[in-house]
Amino acid sequence: MNLVFREALLAFRRAPLLSALSVTTIAFSLFVVGLFGLVAVNLQQALRDVAERVEIVAYLLPGAPIETVTLAQKDIEAFPEVQAAAFVSEDQALQRARTELVEFRDVLQELERNPLPASIEVKLKPRFRDAEHVNDVAERLRGFGFVDDVRFGRDWVEKLDRLRQIAAAVGLVVGAAFAAVAIIIIGTTIRMAVLQRSREIAIMRLVGATDGFVRRPFLLQGAFKGMLGGLVAVGLSYGAYALINRWLIHAAFFSREQAVAIVGFGMLIGFVGSAASVGRHLRRV
Amino acid sequence: MIKFTNVFKAFPKGGLALKDVSFHIAKGEFVFLTGHSGAGKSTVLKLVYAEEPATSGEVRVSGFNLAEARRKDIPRLRRRLGIVFQDFRLLEDRSAEENVAFALEVTGARRASIPARVMRVLTQVGLAAKAQAYPRELSGGEQQRVAIARALVNEPTVLLADEPTGNLDERATRGVFQLLRDINASGTAVVMATHDLDLVRQAPYRVIELQEGALVFDSAVDERRDEAASP
Repeated sequence: MNLVFREALLAFRRAPLLSALSVTTIAFSLFVVGLFGLVAVNLQQALRDVAERVEIVAYLLPGAPIETVTLAQKDIEAFPEVQAAAFVSEDQALQRARTELVEFRDVLQELERNPLPASIEVKLKPRFRDAEHVNDVAERLRGFGFVDDVRFGRDWVEKLDRLRQIAAAVGLVVGAAFAAVAIIIIGTTIRMAVLQRSREIAIMRLVGATDGFVRRPFLLQGAFKGMLGGLVAVGLSYGAYALINRWLIHAAFFSREQAVAIVGFGMLIGFVGSAASVGRHLRRV
Repeated sequence: MIKFTNVFKAFPKGGLALKDVSFHIAKGEFVFLTGHSGAGKSTVLKLVYAEEPATSGEVRVSGFNLAEARRKDIPRLRRRLGIVFQDFRLLEDRSAEENVAFALEVTGARRASIPARVMRVLTQVGLAAKAQAYPRELSGGEQQRVAIARALVNEPTVLLADEPTGNLDERATRGVFQLLRDINASGTAVVMATHDLDLVRQAPYRVIELQEGALVFDSAVDERRDEAASP
């Protein structure tokens, strides 16, 4: 094992330019993937923020007994989809209208009778904020006898759904394309490293090295270059993120797990790419 | 130890390289493999070290039947052979001793034993003083000595040499040839492909001659037949 490490490191020393080139290529390929990832992450975040506003409001019939409503509220909170259910009394509704609808303050001041109904505002758990579940919960709310009407902005929720689907599809296709390009470029770079050492490989085999012995330093080296490339790519992505965040828009960066995944992806491509290149080379000689 | 029986070798694009070649080389023998360029000398050697498979016929080397040998058996076979080429095939970025040590390292030799074994073979080929020199700092003859040291360090039973003096001047040729004779004298069989007939005439060794892929002369067989026919 000692020797494998030494041979792998020796390759960096003997061909520093090619090694640096491989690491740079891997880094920039992954950087492109990373940039796209950043866009995806921020788009997701934006959609989550919008989805945060998905709310179902059940307006109550006037004079619904408060005990019944409180009990129903508990029931609603127990729905698996529901994150929170808040009771808003008639007075609270008016209070809120007065502060929020400044333009109508005068009208609202002069009211003799409060025209606003009491309501229960229901917020769903993040993963249930789509048209299907919203509909479903709204339907169940309608089942309560004291509920007059249920509103949730159907069009809006459906549009959000559509937007999410498009984002997911585009993310998948474009992400896969970027990843494929990265894999091809990285694979070619590694192939160059193998070809550069083909003479050495031939001599190794001539003096009786097993295929495994020839392969191992390359695998180690490939994984190492991939890891370095991944780290540089995360660094570059962070730089890009910092710039965007400072000068353009407030953006989000990868979570620790996502950053680790990028480095891991680099390592994996380096390893698999090397295995494929050396394997192909060995089968031919 | 090396036995060819009715061996044919066809290359996909090069036609028939060997035609019905049979011979047997015993332990400790010194054999010249002669013939013009393209006669099949290198092909015979490639078949011996399992670089190429025979198209038909049987090749046996040091107990291996190469038709049955699988890819993973080849390294074990090669460790019993020493191979030397006209173009030396040294690694340019390693010193003489590192080139020799390389052959031990790849076979998984004990680390501690390597330096002593390397120095011993470098001394044997007369290059102990230049152990730290890189190939570019050595003359052709010296580079070939390093290559021979590398071939010897695993204590092979046979040394295969493909035109080992082809790139050397006369003086270096004599030196390398003498070295091969010394190696043979200590018990290692040597198979030397060469078209240098002066060299062949210098020594009383067995000669196998190839012509367009066919074995046309084998001094071991033909002389015996001559002796049988003469009285």
